[in-house]
Amino acid sequence: MTFTQKLQNSMVVLDGAMGTLLQAAGLAPGEQPEEWNLSHPSVIQGIHEEYIRAGADVIYANTFGANALKFGDRTEEVVRAGVTCAVRAAKNCGGAFVALDVGPLGKMLSPLGDLPFERAVELFSRTISAGVKAGADVIAIETMNDIYEAKAAVVAARECCGLPVMVTLVFGEDGKTMTGTTPEAAVALLEGLRVDALGVNCSLGPAQMKGVVKRMLAAASVPVAVKPNAGLPSCVDGKTEYSLDARSFAEQTASLVKLGARVAGGCCGTAPEYIRALKAALSGCRARAVKQKNSTVVSSYTNAVYFGHTPVLIGERINPTGKKKLKEALRSGDVDYILGEAVAQEQAGAHVLDVNVGLPELDEPSVLARTVREIQAVTALPLQIDTSDPSAMEAAMRVYNGKPLVNSVNGKEEVMRAVFPLVAKYGGAVIALTLDESGIPSTAAGRVAVAKKIIRRAAEYGIKKRDIIFDTLAMAVSADSSAAAAALDSMEYIRRRLGCNTSLGVSNISFGLPCRELINSTFFAMALARGLSAAIVNPSSAEIKKAYRCYLALTGLDANCGEYINYASSIAAPAVSAAAETVKPAPAVKDLKDAVVHGLKDRAAKFAAELLKSLPPLEVINTRIIPALDEVGAGFENKTVFLPQLLMSAEAASAAFDVIKGAFSGEAEAKRIKIVVATVKGDIHDIGKNIVKTLLVNYGFKVYDLGRDVPPERVAEEVERTGAQVCGLSALMTTTVQAMAETVKLLRARCPGVKIIAGGAVMNAEYAANIGADVYCRDAMATVRYCEEAERALG
Amino acid sequence: MNVVTGRLNDFNEREAWRYLGYTAGANGLSALTKQCGGIFEECKTLVLQVQELRAVYEVFDVRECEGGLDLGFAFTASRDLKKYLAGCKKLVLFAATAGAGIDRAIAKYSRLSPARAAVIQAQGAALAEDWCNFLHDGFITRRGALKARFSPGFGDLSLDIQRDIFRALQVTKNIGVVLSDDCFMTPSKSVTAIAGIKD
Repeated sequence: MTFTQKLQNSMVVLDGAMGTLLQAAGLAPGEQPEEWNLSHPSVIQGIHEEYIRAGADVIYANTFGANALKFGDRTEEVVRAGVTCAVRAAKNCGGAFVALDVGPLGKMLSPLGDLPFERAVELFSRTISAGVKAGADVIAIETMNDIYEAKAAVVAARECCGLPVMVTLVFGEDGKTMTGTTPEAAVALLEGLRVDALGVNCSLGPAQMKGVVKRMLAAASVPVAVKPNAGLPSCVDGKTEYSLDARSFAEQTASLVKLGARVAGGCCGTAPEYIRALKAALSGCRARAVKQKNSTVVSSYTNAVYFGHTPVLIGERINPTGKKKLKEALRSGDVDYILGEAVAQEQAGAHVLDVNVGLPELDEPSVLARTVREIQAVTALPLQIDTSDPSAMEAAMRVYNGKPLVNSVNGKEEVMRAVFPLVAKYGGAVIALTLDESGIPSTAAGRVAVAKKIIRRAAEYGIKKRDIIFDTLAMAVSADSSAAAAALDSMEYIRRRLGCNTSLGVSNISFGLPCRELINSTFFAMALARGLSAAIVNPSSAEIKKAYRCYLALTGLDANCGEYINYASSIAAPAVSAAAETVKPAPAVKDLKDAVVHGLKDRAAKFAAELLKSLPPLEVINTRIIPALDEVGAGFENKTVFLPQLLMSAEAASAAFDVIKGAFSGEAEAKRIKIVVATVKGDIHDIGKNIVKTLLVNYGFKVYDLGRDVPPERVAEEVERTGAQVCGLSALMTTTVQAMAETVKLLRARCPGVKIIAGGAVMNAEYAANIGADVYCRDAMATVRYCEEAERALG
Repeated sequence: MNVVTGRLNDFNEREAWRYLGYTAGANGLSALTKQCGGIFEECKTLVLQVQELRAVYEVFDVRECEGGLDLGFAFTASRDLKKYLAGCKKLVLFAATAGAGIDRAIAKYSRLSPARAAVIQAQGAALAEDWCNFLHDGFITRRGALKARFSPGFGDLSLDIQRDIFRALQVTKNIGVVLSDDCFMTPSKSVTAIAGIKD
């Protein structure tokens, strides 16, 4: 019998703790347990044998920490030795499945930490390849605090082998992982990646796990695994002891099995007698069948969004089609503009955000992947990856932290062949357009036929109906008066008869007509009434909001019409918008300069728009904004103004600049000095660097921001590429001063003319001089002053 | 090993203002809060909402030995730590964090609103400090710990000892904090410290 068959047919009992027993056998504090695979193989094999005799069906090889960060070139040797001990034990004792135990790498993945996703995949691949070669039967990824790291490990497993994969995560008593993932979001991501079993281990005892296990069981369509600690730890005479004895542990763990868990074992504090007791407690237990949940779900790293209940709003604003500002932002690499759009849509009530960066002149795979990563750093909404380029789709799906919505596939053979393998590999729900090689069928029946074909072909890739959301294509009703009917009839049929969820890009319907919002919102309401599950809309559109709020109230999806009443009162007396001033009380401001000095964004933008009617853009900048920034900057230098005020003024100035930019239309840049800024290699602290950048931009300098943890070569390349006259380097840690010195050295060799500014918490004038920088700037204002001097020197 | 979680309803605002550079001088807090009070309050609500306070601690025996101190979990030659622990037979070693939510908020606002990012940064630090104070107060009352505490990086105690602390308390496993090669912690609003116990 294979592990997969065992999993399908019966309960699976896992083993218990390894570390606890090794300590009892004499493992010294600080000694790596995996070293014993080589130094004490018989002890390791003996522990495995004890667990098998106690009744374990699966033994975890002693490879939890066997990764290249800890063992370097010896990784393969350590893994091989560990798996060999387990394989020998299994042979000796009449058989057990050997799991390659894959634990966390001990580093935080970016963006929270400094370990890039691909590097994590690489590290896991080394361990997994070695384990597979040594004869493991199953890959057991466990004790993961961070769902993103779990994803990297599963991707590695899938790319290295065809073995079954089981993933267990650590949850706190608050029902979330330490990086904030809910059980539902974890299930969505892991099932998307097609793991064979998923669940919870470590950190909690069986009783404390109950809530999380219940939620996993309610969401999962694959077997759920539990591997609790022997209760809660306490410290007795300097030694850690756990609160449960073998019998209580077994009883409480068996109650998790009765709830529906099919895989059970023990984590910290457990020993062979715990597994023996567990086996006995489970002897009368029949494994509960795994129910297919048939939910259509997508997720971010924290939250899951379900389709088919409350209609889902997908924000359409991050798409350059017809949006001049977004096009410009994409071309100039201005991610901040895109992030602003993302947050605005979230505040307007979107549940999912569409992300499309398709412009012919861009390298779409890298831009889309980067944009997805950046947006995920500012919002916890799931994303809809929107591209027709399969390589861009793959790049973005790979780095996406969650289960994405993918936009889109259609009935064309070539497209299905490109998209379905990606959905199968990385997980995702996919928007399917009801068109194929012969175009968009004009009738509802034609569109339904395409939908059926898509469902059939998807099944061949193992993609279930629940992961396909059909878009029956709203076309311009001005060109074809039956366009709305064709879209709605086919949509309703697919929803009710084929049982799939549906989505519509609402705004096409009004193409070519005046007052488009009226048509859009009415069409949207009609579609909702006929069963639409999701819509791609502008969530800030007042008409769309009205239709949506009314629909929820009228269909009982808004308990006591509470949300509707809130909404209605908000439109009756316009509330302060999310982007509006939060500073209270608002000081009396009379002009743009005043607004900037007081850090009032909205007022600054309004005054700027007003001034532009009578003054040229450059004059607005030079006679209003810059003097205001100077006033605040001087205050900062004299310590009468402090950092938040300085930054609020900068934000107000940015708001004014955004207005002014629109009026510039090809005029020369205000300043000629170009500046490359970066936090040096090894350093992930970038708050100071970001503040410097904000101020420099406000003073009209062109700034190229390379971000944090930037290698010296990258800095030199960018200075060469842009012809920047100044380069600002930041380091916060004593350990990265060396990286700054190397960067300076390389810049001196490759870019002889460039002036180098050194800054950051550990820097001072003396250090800066030592490593060969031109100047030390103690804060953002000092940097601005230096660059202004450089500007003047240009004459 | 003891693992605890917590939640604070407030933190020391004055401390957060101080991290932001404000000093209570002639131009004291009251005058300044007028302009920044709005975002300070807004950020405070957020920081208190996203906090995920966790900590792990353990008591160790301290012994003088040749060339330094045996701390029970590591050896150190630090003279400043030795001075601090003079007369102590035991110590409480702890690691505490305000959680990843604050780092996410800082990352988010550093792109959207640098002023808010700076404020959240300061408030997160104040929150972590208060969380440590809360834990430390417990050590003082229940275990008779010293009123001051000592962290890696103080005086001549090198940051390298973080590696021993992480090993001894299994910090990553217990509270989700990871240590970089340079001995910096993620989430960033995390603290490790020693509180000596006399008797």
